Amino acid sequence: MRFWDKISFITALNIVALGMLASPPAVAADPIKLGLVAFYSGPVSGPVGMPSRKGADLIIEAINIGTLPAPYAGKGIGGRMIEPIYVDEAVEPVNEFRNLVQRQGADAVIGYSSSGSCVGVAPIAEELKVLTLFYYCGSTRTFEEGPKEYVFRTMNSQDVENIAAARYILSIKPNLKTLSGMNQNYGWGQESWRDFTKSVQKLKPGVTIATEQFPKIFAGQYGAEITALTRANADVIHSSFWGGDLDAFILQAAPRNLFQKQTAVLTTGGTAIDTLTKQIPEGTVIGVRGNGGALAPASAFHDWFRAAYQKKYGEQPSFPAYYMAQSVLALKAAGDKAAEQTKAVPSMDAIRKALSGLEFAAPSGIVSMSRHKGHQAVTDIAYGTFKLVDGKPTLINVKRYQPECVVPPEGVKSLDWIEAGFPGAKCD
Amino acid sequence: MSFLLSILIDGLIYASWLFIVSAGLTLIYGVMRVLNMAHGSFYAIGAYTAASLVGWYFNHDELPAFGSFAVMALGAIAVGFVAGLVTERGVLRFLRGRDEVVMVLVTFGLLLVYEDLIKFIWGVQSYYASQPYSLLGSTDIGEINFVNYDLAMIGVAGVVAAVLWWSLNRTRQGKLLRAVINDRENAVALGINVNRLFMATFAIGAGLGALAGGLSAPAIAVNPGLGVEVIVLAFAVVVTGGLGSVEGALIGAVLIGLARAAAVNLWPEAELFVIYGVMACVLAFRPRGLFVLDSARKI
Repeated sequence: MRFWDKISFITALNIVALGMLASPPAVAADPIKLGLVAFYSGPVSGPVGMPSRKGADLIIEAINIGTLPAPYAGKGIGGRMIEPIYVDEAVEPVNEFRNLVQRQGADAVIGYSSSGSCVGVAPIAEELKVLTLFYYCGSTRTFEEGPKEYVFRTMNSQDVENIAAARYILSIKPNLKTLSGMNQNYGWGQESWRDFTKSVQKLKPGVTIATEQFPKIFAGQYGAEITALTRANADVIHSSFWGGDLDAFILQAAPRNLFQKQTAVLTTGGTAIDTLTKQIPEGTVIGVRGNGGALAPASAFHDWFRAAYQKKYGEQPSFPAYYMAQSVLALKAAGDKAAEQTKAVPSMDAIRKALSGLEFAAPSGIVSMSRHKGHQAVTDIAYGTFKLVDGKPTLINVKRYQPECVVPPEGVKSLDWIEAGFPGAKCD
Repeated sequence: MSFLLSILIDGLIYASWLFIVSAGLTLIYGVMRVLNMAHGSFYAIGAYTAASLVGWYFNHDELPAFGSFAVMALGAIAVGFVAGLVTERGVLRFLRGRDEVVMVLVTFGLLLVYEDLIKFIWGVQSYYASQPYSLLGSTDIGEINFVNYDLAMIGVAGVVAAVLWWSLNRTRQGKLLRAVINDRENAVALGINVNRLFMATFAIGAGLGALAGGLSAPAIAVNPGLGVEVIVLAFAVVVTGGLGSVEGALIGAVLIGLARAAAVNLWPEAELFVIYGVMACVLAFRPRGLFVLDSARKI
């Protein structure tokens, strides 16, 4: 080897050696295969499933390319990119959960709108030891029937929205005497009605029930129920209807002036205010199951989310989009925390442990995983009253309830808390 | 009195909807012995067609609002008729004479295919066609306010029943159909073109299913999965009335409609139970439904 060749060779070796010292091994972190399950078909796909998917897509894209606003930074979840796998909840959710994990190799699953799906999937997730985040379903049974290790819920459970609804309706109708209910005949509808009526009756003893209707889910035709509700002529009609059933109920009740004569409390009404603007009468009480959608508080993160959603899809996000985004962000926050603690690419188990008890930022505000041993989220929850302002659907008289006011304390079952008269509740 | 009257009206409104949904189903079974699971898809196709047409119609301010009823109903019937024709010519005619259970499976497969086709054409977002629903106003009957559109459904169901009865009993084609219903082999032997009758029956049945969907569209959010929900109820009606009997479908729809309306007003917890309770009671005493089709004695 000639002299200059030797010099070149030694220099090249030094450069390679220096390069190896200066940077970690260039091995790409394994991506997270993330199952995303929602109703992508069926009667709730339009109002709930598709906004949820859009919310997930938007946040996953921002996570993978590293464009999420503060407080988030960096690409991926602790450096691991997300590979989404979409699964339709309308098709046998429990069996499909097994397929998602065992055949498609999902490392984690986010999803489930129906309480029935969540109650069915939770034990399977525990059995398969797969990190599973419920983004939308509300049944309190998920955690009250026993502690979970692998299952989390990143939004409020249904008891919270019904306790808040009771407080809200009594704040605007303090002389309330009678209630009617229109709820779907399964766990969600029955538990929502139970928690709402018991909360109202505890806060204002003497309130009576005029009629309670429980049509089958996805029934679609509510003429006879509307007649019964009209005849009962209660001060307030409570409904936890959601998706296409909610739309059909509003469409059929509107021309019969049901909500003009009796004040309706629609606990998930936020999905309908932009599509059924002409049918929802002013004075209807609207909920969004938390703090998202039209009732999201102002923040820089919220502004970014709405602007990015508008830019990507040409429409404003309804509240299911917020809660799916919230769930994906829970994974991001937990992964980043785990990576920071271990100074390594986080394993799914490290992410799961970091998620327990975590507090993280979402477009609808701060989410705190502070109930059921760190597996159940609590957030502020808001209600407002529908009004057309310059022809635009607007929610006025908005009241925001802090978790201390409407969420049962740790270790207390929600029904026990309601029946005991909300001991320890702190409301402004 | 007013209480009973409102139950009667609610029951008849619901029965009207049930009858229009199930008339096509029972007609097809009566003639072809095909228990058509895809009937729910024709209902959904009718609803989507009506929703699309109403949306288009009300974007044209110069068109008279009342014309939307005709556009909605005729559009749904036409699209349902064509879908039925394509289904019969494209699939079912090759399977003629197969066991009824096989045909249930085949039409269930078609239901799934149509569900995906609907999603492919219309997507999964909700469609609304609410304008015609409030166009006719409302009427106070006693203390209860009813939407005139719903009341008109009773009339529409009456017209559908009358036209079907007249067509089957007073026209030459109807008599040919009844001959096929009563004894297919003899009808063929007599030179009746059964193929053509099957094709026409299936297309008309599908058109009726689509009409039911089209008329329902203004009062609901039109979403995927619509047909699957409806087909179960339609089966309850036709089984109660007797498979293949149009009169049976009418009586079955009225029985179930009135029972459901009474339950909602008097015993809401039993609303779902009474639909199938009525069916179970009828089948306990008449296992083949209220109106059993005549069948030729085979030797």
